[in-house]
Amino acid sequence: MSDTVLSTPVFPAAPPRLALVGNPNCGKTALFNALTGARQKVANYPGVTVERKMGEFLSPAGIRVQIVDLPGTYSLRARSPDEEVTRDVVLGRFQHEAPPDAMVCVADATNLRLHLRLVLELKKLGRPIILALNMMDVAEARGCRVDAAALSAALGVPVVPTVAIRRNGVAGLLDQIDRSMTVMTASTARSHSSPCGWSEPSARELRAYHQEVESILAAALRDAGRPSLATQRIDAALLHPAIGLPFLFLVLFLMFQAVFAWAAVPMDMIDKGLGWVQAAAGAALPDGLLKSLLTDGIIAGVGSVVIFLPQILVLFFFILILESTGYMARAAFLLDRLMGGVGLHGRAFIPLLSSFACAVPGIMASRTIENRADRLATIMIAPLMTCSARLPVYTLIIAAFVPERTVAGGLIGLQGLVMFTLYAAGILSALAVAFVLKRTIFKGARDPLLMELPAYRLPSPRDILLGLLERARIFLARAGTVIFAIMILLWFLGSFPAAPDGATGPAIDYSFAGMLGHALAPLLAPIGFTWQIAIALVPGMAAREVAVAALGTVYALSETGDALSGSLAGVLAADWSLPTALSLLAWFVFAPQCVSTLSVVKRETNSWFWMLVMIAYMTALAYGAAFVTFRVSSALLGG
Amino acid sequence: MIPPLPGSALDARPCLATRQTPGPMPGGSADPPKVESDGCRLGALRKGQRAVVTGLDETAVATPLPPGELERRMIEMGLIEGARVEILHEGFPGADPLAVRIDDHTLALRRAEAHAVLVTLA
Ligand SMILES: Nc1nc2c(ncn2[C@@H]2O[C@H](COP(=O)(O)OP(=O)(O)O)[C@@H](O)[C@H]2O)c(=O)[nH]1
Ligand SMILES: [Mg+2]
Repeated sequence: MSDTVLSTPVFPAAPPRLALVGNPNCGKTALFNALTGARQKVANYPGVTVERKMGEFLSPAGIRVQIVDLPGTYSLRARSPDEEVTRDVVLGRFQHEAPPDAMVCVADATNLRLHLRLVLELKKLGRPIILALNMMDVAEARGCRVDAAALSAALGVPVVPTVAIRRNGVAGLLDQIDRSMTVMTASTARSHSSPCGWSEPSARELRAYHQEVESILAAALRDAGRPSLATQRIDAALLHPAIGLPFLFLVLFLMFQAVFAWAAVPMDMIDKGLGWVQAAAGAALPDGLLKSLLTDGIIAGVGSVVIFLPQILVLFFFILILESTGYMARAAFLLDRLMGGVGLHGRAFIPLLSSFACAVPGIMASRTIENRADRLATIMIAPLMTCSARLPVYTLIIAAFVPERTVAGGLIGLQGLVMFTLYAAGILSALAVAFVLKRTIFKGARDPLLMELPAYRLPSPRDILLGLLERARIFLARAGTVIFAIMILLWFLGSFPAAPDGATGPAIDYSFAGMLGHALAPLLAPIGFTWQIAIALVPGMAAREVAVAALGTVYALSETGDALSGSLAGVLAADWSLPTALSLLAWFVFAPQCVSTLSVVKRETNSWFWMLVMIAYMTALAYGAAFVTFRVSSALLGG
Repeated sequence: MIPPLPGSALDARPCLATRQTPGPMPGGSADPPKVESDGCRLGALRKGQRAVVTGLDETAVATPLPPGELERRMIEMGLIEGARVEILHEGFPGADPLAVRIDDHTLALRRAEAHAVLVTLA
């Protein structure tokens, strides 16, 4: 690389674009965060529904540079949908987007073999490459010495050592980006010059790459260093046949405790804040349609979703920690055999865990699963995990019908036991459904595991914080768009046509939603649902938690939030029989009542068919479970 | 003492004999070296055993992947002739999957697929 071109580069309107490419866990996201700080956003690629994480930064020379963080991969022969994104971006296969102007390859300095093989493959693309030799701090501590100059000479690309998690750890990379950009503008044809010489390598070519890597390492690796002693010691305990699984379940148990304990206060604050906004809006506006739309439709509707933000963030806090420490891969290792019992891949653990917060990110996380049948099976059962949106419904009904007393000699609260049963019902039925699916429509052996167990790392607070920020943004954007629109539609269905003069029942009774509810009522009578429940289920199709607000409307209550749940529980306890309440709980374990989930299934499977299959099987299960629950409990209770 | 593997498929005889099969010379030809199987496969090793990979033979295992794909994935993950391997951990139950150190990194794979990797004990 020539450093002699010193003129300030003049770029065409669009800023130059870089892409971060590398194996999983080498620190791409940490580098991305170090370069861009909080100036990043997640958007979709134009024309396709794949997410892309973009950011911007100013180089030391004052050039505005765009950078995209790509999913980790070992090879351009993409195996999972995640890796396909990386392949398609670097190959420039996305229709409305040019390929990146240059690639920043990231390699873990302590473990160069697999990383360098990918670099050799990327070199074939004929586009400028900078190699960031990351984790230099770890390499130093382990006595691993890499000669960056020799490596650069052997590879034929600039090589810069970096420490992504340290202040100033990317200064060298920034300088190199400037140098490369200057050279790129100087040579008139801004990148895209050399033709792309990449084609899918055969086993023979892959072996040749490896041999080239060995000779490069012979020239540049001065000392391979010691393997991580800490990782060996920790794994000796955490992967131990007797300790491994119990420890994993302990971690999961503590995580769910925290989801409830830590989120309670912020949820309460959001609830109070919403109540205040609603009251203020109600007081400021004259009675009428606008007030009704604003307070009952928009604020109450969007609020009923936003209130789950704290729970989702606590859960993702744990998931991010588990991922960046390297424990998540161990969890998949520990569970692979057990999950194999129902035909699931060990990798399915992460999507299923995320689904406890919300099935939407869970289903998106299934992109790391390579085999389509394995992945579809995982997507199909993800919504059976008890997501946070079911909790308000569960809480309401349990508070109304399950007495607050203890069983088993005062050790276990009965209400908590019922809640636990509902969680367990979701998990067990998910496993059962997977078992059936893998023996019928998704027949076939599981894909091989072949998963790297990275060395343990201390997560950096900045990366965790930025990861949470990203989650919060995605969640709130959804609440502000899809859910916002649905809420307005539901408000319309519930408010028109208006009740006639002198009407006795609640207004919703005369509306479109009411008509739908009454039409559905005969269908739902065999499972013990009253017509009020039938009406509440109509808006509840959009999002489960909305059913609570809808029940409040049906029973003509005017409170919101806690106050509503409190008085609603009393009304329900008087109005419903116990079998009806139990039947409704069973219904909510299975029913596909979430438009966001269904739309993400459509998007991720790229087919209406699988979305319809999900609706059909979940509705059938819900109806069956509610029917059995209602009949059995009616018989047992003599009611 | 290494206990025999409980009820495992394929030839899961524990590898006891050490027969030296030379790995490929670095910088040599890119052809896959002649598979010189002494019947010892990665999938039959127990925790603590070390070996050197001598070849890949995916025809020995049942896989849903198209022909050649498992071999390529294994090479991409570092399972290549001459690689030094060591079984670091075994999963539970059934001592499956395996955590295998390959040179400087650690790979998790199932015993079933590990039977596609021919090794000689080191
Ligand atoms: N010690 C050290 N840790 C790092 C460095 N870069 C990244 N990490 C950590 O390595 C882990 C994986 O990094 P991440 O950016 O998520 O990897 P990605 O999968 O490539 O995006 C995280 O815990 C990071 O904090 C580094 O230069 N030094
Ligand atoms: Mg990342």
